[in-house]
Amino acid sequence: MKRFLIPFGVFVALVLFLGIGLKLNPREIPSPFIGKPAPAFNLTQLNDEAKSIAPTDMLGQVWLLNVWASWCVSCRQEHPVLMDLARLNVVPIVGLNYKDGRAEGVTQLQQFGNPYLMSAFDFNGRVGIEYGVYGVPETFVIDKRGVIRMKYIGPLTPEIISGKLLPLIKELNRA
Amino acid sequence: MLATQAQTVTSTAATDNALEKHVLAVSEQLRCLVCQNQTIADSHADLAVDLRNQVREKIQQGMSDQDIFDFMVARYGDFVMYRPPLHTTTWLLWFGPFLLLFGGLFFLVRKLRQRQPEQQELSESEQQRSAQLLNSDAEHPSQEKETT
Repeated sequence: MKRFLIPFGVFVALVLFLGIGLKLNPREIPSPFIGKPAPAFNLTQLNDEAKSIAPTDMLGQVWLLNVWASWCVSCRQEHPVLMDLARLNVVPIVGLNYKDGRAEGVTQLQQFGNPYLMSAFDFNGRVGIEYGVYGVPETFVIDKRGVIRMKYIGPLTPEIISGKLLPLIKELNRA
Repeated sequence: MLATQAQTVTSTAATDNALEKHVLAVSEQLRCLVCQNQTIADSHADLAVDLRNQVREKIQQGMSDQDIFDFMVARYGDFVMYRPPLHTTTWLLWFGPFLLLFGGLFFLVRKLRQRQPEQQELSESEQQRSAQLLNSDAEHPSQEKETT
């Protein structure tokens, strides 16, 4: 009986490790951006080609940078959540329209509502690469000094917003 | 005139070829974040194409391979390296298999050593009997010997 205990123990350990492995999300990649200044860019605004937009415009306030596109299905899923967040009026949301057409992006916002203070138009995805974007939607929380404090990959949910985002924003606003 | 034109064409083709090879070599070491088990050289994902273009541009700008890897790691983290870099946090990943190998060898050797004492020496009566058998064998040579 005893000699089966060791293989059995090894088996149990293996099952445990595999179980933990199943629970891990391979999409959650630690972002190297946390605590680093938000990469600079200067893009035109989605709604107005004549106006430009840069992260430095937002210095002095806590803000969100939300990467979205009209072709992105999970962004539609996220959209009502962003609308609710915008209605709360606690944090300005800046959009980064990623590899999209200007007309498509504008139409999308007209049709479903615009939660963004403004959206930057990143036609070729260059700025997306600067921000390490690999799965739209992505959301960055940026503090008053322009430092990235949090990155969330995938559609925001009401739980994430009330549980993580709002407390962080509150804390950053106090600082 | 035609000859020189042809020459410039072939020479740019040759440098293009070398450049593409270089791009491929660098791309093969970068992970596609969208399809995680592929490199950006293998993947047809939109992002992989963009990143390959970035690699090409950076090579043309004269950046070294290491500079390009640093650029990617600064944006996408260590995960973008197809061969995970050696850090204190990745020691287990790199040396774990060797740890298992040596652990296994250790147990195997220990088991084999334990097994040896089981080969007991012959008891006295057994020794006598073996001597008897050997002796009788000597007195009655085998048939093979007789035939030779």
